[in-house]
Amino acid sequence: MYFSLSPGERSGIDMIPLPTTSSWKVWRRNADVFFKTYLVNFLPPVIEPVLYLLALGYGLGMFVGEIDGIPYVHYIAPALLAVSMMNSSFFECTYSSFVRMYYQKTFDAMISTPLSIEDVIAGELLWGATRSLIYTSAMLVVLIAFGVISLPSSLLVIPFSFLAGLLFSGIGMCFTAISPGIDTLNYPAYLFITPMLLFSGTFFPLSVLPPVLQTAALAILPLAQAVIIARSMTLATLSPLFIYSMAWIAIATTMFFFLSIHLMKRRLVV
Amino acid sequence: MAMQPIIEAHDLRKDFGALKAVDGISFSIMPGEVYGFLGPNGAGKTTTMKMIECVSPRTAGDLTVFGLDVDNNPREIKRWLGVVPQDTNLDSDFSCIQNLITYARYFGIMGEEARRKATDLLDFVQLSEKRDVLIEKLSGGMKRRLILARALVNSPRLLILDEPTIGLDPQARHLMWEKLKALQTAGNTIVLTTHYLEEAERLCDRLVIMDQGKILVEGTPADLVRQHAGAEIVEVDHSPDVVSCLEKMGVRFEVFGDIVQVFSDHPKEVATRLLSTCNPGKVFVRRGSLEDVFLSLTGRALRD
Ligand SMILES: Nc1ncnc2c1ncn2[C@@H]1O[C@H](COP(=O)(O)OP(=O)(O)O)[C@@H](O)[C@H]1O
Ligand SMILES: [Mg+2]
Repeated sequence: MYFSLSPGERSGIDMIPLPTTSSWKVWRRNADVFFKTYLVNFLPPVIEPVLYLLALGYGLGMFVGEIDGIPYVHYIAPALLAVSMMNSSFFECTYSSFVRMYYQKTFDAMISTPLSIEDVIAGELLWGATRSLIYTSAMLVVLIAFGVISLPSSLLVIPFSFLAGLLFSGIGMCFTAISPGIDTLNYPAYLFITPMLLFSGTFFPLSVLPPVLQTAALAILPLAQAVIIARSMTLATLSPLFIYSMAWIAIATTMFFFLSIHLMKRRLVV
Repeated sequence: MAMQPIIEAHDLRKDFGALKAVDGISFSIMPGEVYGFLGPNGAGKTTTMKMIECVSPRTAGDLTVFGLDVDNNPREIKRWLGVVPQDTNLDSDFSCIQNLITYARYFGIMGEEARRKATDLLDFVQLSEKRDVLIEKLSGGMKRRLILARALVNSPRLLILDEPTIGLDPQARHLMWEKLKALQTAGNTIVLTTHYLEEAERLCDRLVIMDQGKILVEGTPADLVRQHAGAEIVEVDHSPDVVSCLEKMGVRFEVFGDIVQVFSDHPKEVATRLLSTCNPGKVFVRRGSLEDVFLSLTGRALRD
């Protein structure tokens, strides 16, 4: 004998998306694909910071000199790390996940196995976070070689890049879940990511902005929080906003993690 | 003890908005059976398969697989299912062997065991030579065979094949049939959908014909042919003479373009009378087929 509920009686269990440890199998699938072509994959995180350091740090830095008593190249180094955390995870969980979901039907194949849709999306998010960790760590090595970040405090960036990566993965996955086609992912990419890249205390301090914008940036921009934390780590100087930004990221990461799974479930389970 | 059905559905329904894709169907499938779902496009076959596969929740009705409710036990059920989906969804980032090994991992099969299984299955579907080839380099028939191998990676107790030979050329289709026959002989329970009637006739122990979300008939292929088409069918060239002749004889017939089909329990007599009295063109007597059943039940209007 077995016990069965009729569909109408299915309780609130359905509403809370709970992934299981099987998520690692999805993570592993993506990792296998990544490491098949790792040389190509490692090029951008190594070359990009070199270009930015040369052009902005030393080029523009000639004119800027110092910000808050910090050499400009030291000032932007943590911003480069934070931007790498954002880009590597956000774009993985938008365009790449969309391709897997919509064109390759990878998720459909996975949910025909004991994996649930919650496992699949959680695995994707964890992989996005891992990519952030991999890219940020590679970039960290370059920045250490240039001698523009403090040690050993900068090594804390490595675990932090996973957390921040998980946040941007979750945000990206929400857009993926509601995007009708791959082209409409350009909206969050250009209207959300690009402005955030510029107005998060990355290349100039937020304090030069009008107070309203300053407050808004600190209240709503995830990258602004990541920059504050990364900068505290690479300069070995605790920002007064460090605790605030950490809490902000912890809460937002949890929210977007479950929200993105919920939205994906709504899209894919029909 | 009576055998428990592998799948049991009662008044199963699935709505997409106002559309009743599956409109109250009931069936039960016994261990070791090859059970077919036939029907024109849009009949609701794929929707039914997806409910059995625990990937699409039903709207109403009862559905159990291995005696377990699909809503409450998806993980346990899926552990023992092998699925060949209608749309090929192989992992295009991987080679053939990597596809199988990765898929095996989703079932918790890993390491040496996964490699051994993958190798054996590639051999079974005759793709050993393509072991390290990327998916995009495979022909359509090879892809379908690789999907079959993938469906077998967890040694399933139930195989669900949604149009396993769709889009294949005759050679590839025959090879697929051969593999399915071997699985059938080994005692597997297989559910398959198809709109190739020859395929259903060859493979299925029992089948249903579906249309517009409903089951029209169920039975063995032979019984269905006997009941709904007659063992033999007379076909004769269409002409006004022939039609008036048949009307005089009082037999059931249908006109399809330039062919008239006569359904009668005495086909040879009908043919003889036609030849001797009606001055017909060509007259054939042939065995009734599932195709006749299908067309007479679902009509000849084009579906897409
Ligand atoms: N996800 C969906 N949303 C809305 N309608 C759907 C969906 N899937 C299938 N349908 C509709 O349900 C009906 C049955 O489809 P399907 O089960 O795929 O038929 P078959 O496999 O027999 O060709 C069709 O009218 C189809 O358009
Ligand atoms: Mg179908």
